[in-house]
Amino acid sequence: MGYFWTILTLVVALGLTWRYLGSYMAAVFDGRVHWLGWVERPVYRALGTNPEQEQTWKRYAASLVVFSGVSIAVTYLLLRIQGSLPLNPQHLGAVGNALSFNTASSFVTNTNWQNYGGETTMSYFSQIGALTVQQFVSPAVGIAAAIALVRGFSRRNSATIGNFWVDLVRCMFYILLPIAFVAGIIFVGQGAVQTLSGTVSVHDALNGVTQTIARGPIGFMEAIKQLGTNGGGFLNANSATTFENPTPLTNWLSIYLLLAIPFALTYTFGKMVGSIRHGRALLAAMVIIFGVWVGFTSYSEHQGNPAVAAAGITHQPTGNTEGKEVRFGDTSTALFGVASTNTSTGSADASYDSFTPIGGFGLLTGMMLGEVTPGGTGSGLYTILIYAIIAVFIGGLMIGRTPEYLGKKIQAKEVKLAGLGSLIMPLIVLVFTGIAVSVHAGRIGPLNAGPHGFTEILYGLTSQGNNNGSAFGGLTGNTPFYNVVGAIDMLIGRFGIIIPALALGGSLAAKNVVPESLGTFRTDNTMFVGLVIGVIVIIGGLTFFPAISLGPIVEQLSHGKFF
Amino acid sequence: MLVHLRRSIVMALIAFVFFGFVYAFVGTGVAQVLFKHQADGSIGANGSMLIGQNWTSPKYFHGRPDDAGPYAANPKAKIAGGDNPLVANGSSGESGATNLGPRSKVLVANTKALIAYWHTMGVNPTSDLVTTSGSGYDPDITPADALVQIPMVSKATGIAPSRLRTLIAKETQGQELGFLGSSYIDVLQLNEALAALH
Repeated sequence: MGYFWTILTLVVALGLTWRYLGSYMAAVFDGRVHWLGWVERPVYRALGTNPEQEQTWKRYAASLVVFSGVSIAVTYLLLRIQGSLPLNPQHLGAVGNALSFNTASSFVTNTNWQNYGGETTMSYFSQIGALTVQQFVSPAVGIAAAIALVRGFSRRNSATIGNFWVDLVRCMFYILLPIAFVAGIIFVGQGAVQTLSGTVSVHDALNGVTQTIARGPIGFMEAIKQLGTNGGGFLNANSATTFENPTPLTNWLSIYLLLAIPFALTYTFGKMVGSIRHGRALLAAMVIIFGVWVGFTSYSEHQGNPAVAAAGITHQPTGNTEGKEVRFGDTSTALFGVASTNTSTGSADASYDSFTPIGGFGLLTGMMLGEVTPGGTGSGLYTILIYAIIAVFIGGLMIGRTPEYLGKKIQAKEVKLAGLGSLIMPLIVLVFTGIAVSVHAGRIGPLNAGPHGFTEILYGLTSQGNNNGSAFGGLTGNTPFYNVVGAIDMLIGRFGIIIPALALGGSLAAKNVVPESLGTFRTDNTMFVGLVIGVIVIIGGLTFFPAISLGPIVEQLSHGKFF
Repeated sequence: MLVHLRRSIVMALIAFVFFGFVYAFVGTGVAQVLFKHQADGSIGANGSMLIGQNWTSPKYFHGRPDDAGPYAANPKAKIAGGDNPLVANGSSGESGATNLGPRSKVLVANTKALIAYWHTMGVNPTSDLVTTSGSGYDPDITPADALVQIPMVSKATGIAPSRLRTLIAKETQGQELGFLGSSYIDVLQLNEALAALH
């Protein structure tokens, strides 16, 4: 019953957020909101950009790519010289070459894959100046790209799709900062730690135990970690730790924050293109898939752990408790996991590696659908728009008309770009997984034996290729092989989709609008929602089916066998 | 190209200062003023109520096993200096789970060892008490996890089971706001209340 209310309150809160944050974001990117003008204007002056001056898609993409390159370089440098920087009460040394490269790529691409244990690797300076910064910047970059693509639909005969610097700055100051700050206060009020005083030593006279407890500026990082669908926490065990996610309420808040912007962006899309119905159609496709995934994953986690049953405890009323925290319970943990993997967040309030086979299948396939249900901040919207274009193309083929979406003719160029954008992720994930299982350096990674070991490798490369960042934590990722392959996986998975998406935006913006007629294929009704769901499931499901069969499906079907 | 590079460097610098340090420092200031106790780690006389401890005496209720601690690998071994779940140097001090899969032979063996350990303590364990948590230092147990430990605690302390049941009921935190998460008990708070009964 408690779970029912958890879901109901989330639906109500997210519904209101969809409507009001969605319309606020549209106003922000249309330049109709000015309450932080006094902060904004000096930033534009420092950048030397005229906010009224717009960019072609090529200049927009160049700004985005160069800025991301600089961000990677700066993050890498800060991690390498960590030992000589202040705010390092634990005197942690420089982060290694390969690990710094992996971590810099990870945080700049909004992945937040972590091949390190936060409390034993990163100084406060690195957590604040290198990692938290990118947790604001990388979602803003993703949202900017999504808005640029949306402008392709909302404009006609236009050579430009907006100004990257303006979109970036407005997103960080007007959207991310205020929400994260308020959420940060709630996290700390509930018990998340926020201090710069270093570790503390405590002694318990009752049991004679002495503990040295790591602390840090955690609570406010937690807020932007979830809101920006980043996922990279301060501590190794991420949101499972009490210092990051102290209570069931913060667990609820985390789920809310990581779904808020990705869902609301569909309203923003509808508002900007002048048809809320179109935004609602995309929202419906997202919600239906998300709901199904929450359903079977929660059910599966409530069934108990087969290994614990084999050891002699068959009665498991609290579900699969291995790797889970008592305060959250099995079903809320499953909900968190699905929300985190379906949004490209990748934060974890449990050990996903210890989920039941079908529970783990839910998390893994949530990512394989391409991170569109609802996907990451910005990346979810531009990727589902790519899928929508493919759906329109397939629908057009069926009825034998030139496909149109929002009055824009979808022609060879657009279909090619959409095809490229949708195929790049399965390609890199499967090729890199193939390489990892073929070479010794890849095969020594997994902790678990049998099909679960293969799933750990597949999960790791799927997570990085989709810029998710969650892990089956048994995989030892901090090796030169996984650091470098993973970084390339993340970079292609990010920019291999952003660049085609921006090119699509540019190409669509230049087109005129075809007036709607009786024969126009409707793209705002139930039929279209079904078509989009079909495209998402077929591209994700069929491409990955052979790989999934070797992992979680074999594991589920091997009754009574242990590896 | 050069103009992109210059703007990128300036933007990176602004983000570094503003979204890194101004955000974290102002946040720390606000947190320390409004919620000093929580922001410092909810630390009381005997440790943080948010960090699980290693309880070995039958006179106290025990928490869940630590992934790297004395239970999982070898239920009876003691780690020098007690259980240091968050010690800042050394991989054994990192937060984290066992990451063992649902069909892992190692997990079956570990669980069997933990069940045997509880049996030597005179406790018929629940699944929470033989599985490790996500963080490795879960500070909480469910009321059912506490109730099965009553024979052990009652025998060692001489406190009547009915009084222990009352104590458990008193220390149980219901679901937050009436519906969120599980009903749970903070082991440290429970044992502090138990010590007052001794």
